[in-house]
Amino acid sequence: MYSFDVVRPKSVADAVAALGEEEAQALGGGQTLIPSLKQRLAAPAVLVSLASIDEIKGVSSEGGTLKIGGGTTHGTVAREVASSYPALAAMAGNIGDPAVRNRGTIGGSLANNDPAACYPAAALASGATIVTSNREIAADDFFEGLFTTALEEGEIITAVQFPIPEKAAYIKFEQPASRFALVGVFVAKFADGVRVAVTGASEDGVFRWTEAEAALSGDFSAAALDGLSVPADGLMTDLHGSAAYRAHLIGVLTKRAVAQA
Amino acid sequence: MPKDHGIGAAQKRREDVRFLTGAGKYTDDINVYGQTYCHFLRSDVAHGKITSIDTSAAEAMPGVVRIFTGKDFEGIGGLPCGWQVTDKNGDPMKEPPHPVLAQGKVRHVGDPICAVIAETLDQARDAAEAIELEIEELPAVVDMRAALESGSALVHDELTDNLCYDWQFGSDQAAVDKAFADAAHVTTLELVNNRLVANPMEPRVAVAEYARANDESTLYTTSQNPHVIRLLMGAFVLGIPEHKLRVVAPDVGGGFGTKIFHYAEEAFVTFAARQINRPVKWTSTRSEAFMSDAHGRDHVTKIELALDAENNFIGLRTDTLANMGAYLSTFSSSVPTWLHGTLMAGNYKTPAIQVNVKAVFTNTVPVDAYRGAGRPEATFQLERLVDKAARELGVDPIKLRRQNFIESFPYATPVAVEYDTGDYVATMDKLEEMIDVPGFAARRAESEAKGKLRGLGVNCYIEACGIAPSNLVGQLGARAGLYDAATVRVNATGSISVMVGAHSHGQGHETAFPQVVADMLGIDESMIDIVHGDTSKIPFGMGTYGSRSLAVCGSAMVRATEKIINKAKKIAAHLMEASEGDIELKDGMFTVAGTDKSVAWGDVTLAAYVPHNYPLTEIEPGLEETAFYDPANFTYPAGAYACEVEVDPDTGKVTIERFAAADDFGNVVNPMIVEGQVHGGIAQGIGQALLESCIYDADGQLLSASYMDYAMPRAGDVPFYMVDHSCATPCTHNPLGVKGCGEAGAIGSPPAVVNAVLDALNHAGHDVAHIDMPVSPHRVWKAMQG
Repeated sequence: MYSFDVVRPKSVADAVAALGEEEAQALGGGQTLIPSLKQRLAAPAVLVSLASIDEIKGVSSEGGTLKIGGGTTHGTVAREVASSYPALAAMAGNIGDPAVRNRGTIGGSLANNDPAACYPAAALASGATIVTSNREIAADDFFEGLFTTALEEGEIITAVQFPIPEKAAYIKFEQPASRFALVGVFVAKFADGVRVAVTGASEDGVFRWTEAEAALSGDFSAAALDGLSVPADGLMTDLHGSAAYRAHLIGVLTKRAVAQA
Repeated sequence: MPKDHGIGAAQKRREDVRFLTGAGKYTDDINVYGQTYCHFLRSDVAHGKITSIDTSAAEAMPGVVRIFTGKDFEGIGGLPCGWQVTDKNGDPMKEPPHPVLAQGKVRHVGDPICAVIAETLDQARDAAEAIELEIEELPAVVDMRAALESGSALVHDELTDNLCYDWQFGSDQAAVDKAFADAAHVTTLELVNNRLVANPMEPRVAVAEYARANDESTLYTTSQNPHVIRLLMGAFVLGIPEHKLRVVAPDVGGGFGTKIFHYAEEAFVTFAARQINRPVKWTSTRSEAFMSDAHGRDHVTKIELALDAENNFIGLRTDTLANMGAYLSTFSSSVPTWLHGTLMAGNYKTPAIQVNVKAVFTNTVPVDAYRGAGRPEATFQLERLVDKAARELGVDPIKLRRQNFIESFPYATPVAVEYDTGDYVATMDKLEEMIDVPGFAARRAESEAKGKLRGLGVNCYIEACGIAPSNLVGQLGARAGLYDAATVRVNATGSISVMVGAHSHGQGHETAFPQVVADMLGIDESMIDIVHGDTSKIPFGMGTYGSRSLAVCGSAMVRATEKIINKAKKIAAHLMEASEGDIELKDGMFTVAGTDKSVAWGDVTLAAYVPHNYPLTEIEPGLEETAFYDPANFTYPAGAYACEVEVDPDTGKVTIERFAAADDFGNVVNPMIVEGQVHGGIAQGIGQALLESCIYDADGQLLSASYMDYAMPRAGDVPFYMVDHSCATPCTHNPLGVKGCGEAGAIGSPPAVVNAVLDALNHAGHDVAHIDMPVSPHRVWKAMQG
């Protein structure tokens, strides 16, 4: 780890100001950033910890929408949305291990946009809205590729608004070593249609499987997916699985998610 | 009633009190006044010529004490290999230098080039980044077959090729050829034994200090064998005589073989502490461990079995490529040869066996012993092959094994070793009972009702532990003796310290060894402590590996305790004015046979140290004895393992549903510790079979360089084990009749797992002959696609 300064602003406004400084870097739960720092792969001058900002923590609901503060940990989400959005709670409760879930935050995960992370699939399948320090971004416009999002320099995720679907499920097939998603599929059925988001598989990060969405919107059953497949082109190949295997798993996991929802 | 005392008692491990309460003292817990910190600048390319190293800017950095490069080691010894293997042509193996810091070339990612010593670790790391290093990258030698082709780049320029040795062993060529010519059926299998990273929980650490006034060096290091390190480092690398060098291996958090070897880092800190006259500390990061701890396995094998028309095994031959990595690690050369070829008979009376092994240099981390060391490789190929033969012949795999079992002992195999005892029928009977073979069909039906495939895999294993005797291994090329030693020091009030050459790093010696001495003397275990891990305290013993501690060092301890008893009886006879021949020792009391005279253990020990009423003209005061023990033969633990798996046909994911192990370890001192050793071994075997895989790309970059990509087994990956060791045939040649249990689980379990997966797939109509380990979901799915 290189040496750096840490500031702990108590408000979003102070955090935004702090992030305006030279080589400042926001620190959420630190579950990706801290290991990178330890390996000397990142060298910020100032870490702006978001952990002391109470206004971006916690869960509330309004009508059919859940609002989760950007600084809310996975553990809190797993506990607090268990009855309102059980599929989301189950997803959050199965990220990493207890230590990760007690530190890692929803805002941190979405801002990092790891191509194998779970939260991007949940946000995209739910049609969530990412609320930042200066605007609201639809999930469909937020994820822009591997570790890339629509966030601008110094912009902080303050909350994520999840419309609550009628039915939903997330199925993760774990990469054997990291236990990140080798492939993860989040299926959410709303009154006006079904959304299917896939993580872990694509070279471009999380994506929607629109063919499956169309089929499921007409008939929300695993059988409706028969004959559908995702082309292997553009999917990842690594030590743990080829593009063809990932393409196959997308089909299997989507059916399982529909069956479980 | 289960025993609660002495040999056979399942006593809880006394060392766990300190381990579980955070009171263990590991090498990294040792900090010496005035210590400096060492950081190694390591190669980030697999193969290259060092064209320049400029340390001037780095030396001017804050806190830097000194920067060392390969130049500082010119004229100083390299790291030696402890076993010379002779080529089939009679030539010695090729033994290129293994420098402490790279000399002119780097040969694997992680090869240390410079060492920076600074006041703090961060300062050392900062300075390392300021070293200006130019390396001209050379083509990397990674694949073993390609490495042996003419025109391949050379890992060592002074050699003509990348072949370390070409070894052949076993029956006459003519006998093997005849067996295959006569065969009614030949089964052939090509397979890979996957490269593994040992990953002990505690990474390697070395702390060295130097006392200039009396020219003494002390090295604290994470070692399984401190005396071996002292000998190798003192005599061969640094030229420090033993009496000026102390090596301490305190609590060590797991070794699994990879902490046997003498490593560059511990030699370096010892050397550097003398040069700068300050203590030097190095602690490996996990990332460094992946690229500098010796790896395990990495064999590519073709194996063939000849059977006659009645399905008797009549011939076996193997052709193996064994990866040595870039340099010969301490015992690397012995693993694919004497620890592998000699076990190829397995549990079977195959009359003609020939083993061929080519050891190959590549631009990868050195490969050496890892839990089982050669024996898992032998067992895996043989037991996969027998299973394949059974499938090809349409016979029951258990029946085929039983038909070919060795049933009379001693049995001399065609591969040089003589099994003293065993009962392979008994362990197989026990195994069938434990796994409930008749109930399998119903369990398979249950799995199928859930949409899962179910398979049952069985295998046998034989292993050789307590490697010895020294005069034999000397003929085979070992450059060390393989005895061990123990000193039993009885104190004046009767308590005992036993100083042992074995080193405990998870094996529970501090609990099990006192049980033996307590049993012999009839006193309580709480009166006995084990001292290990410090060359200034213990006799010259060879340490712990190869499941040898109890069989070899324990035998030395028995011999020393026998000497104590003999002397104590003389003292007791004097105290009771009786004849020595009439003295009996029972439950800590000396009695005179046929009388009511007695003296207690403590009366005798006190008399030995306060010899007022003592036969001073006949025996010396004091009660302390040392024994060295050199075994007459290996020990041969054996057993039969069974595994039941479920396979998800949609994803290829394998889960282990049941696992049974029937082991013959001979006599057992502490059954709880033995069970724990078996559990741990099976977990590592399951890790190899399903999860672990060390992968290099074509450029020699280590792809599985962290836990993000190297899959270690976790609690959820392993089942509740059924473990039995009741089918005991005691070893005939050591005083305890023990065989060793530390590696059996890792040796016996991988084929059971893979055989089970193949049973599941083939039963479901997938014609799959073999899947290489790790049997990952992706590989299973691919195999099912045909």
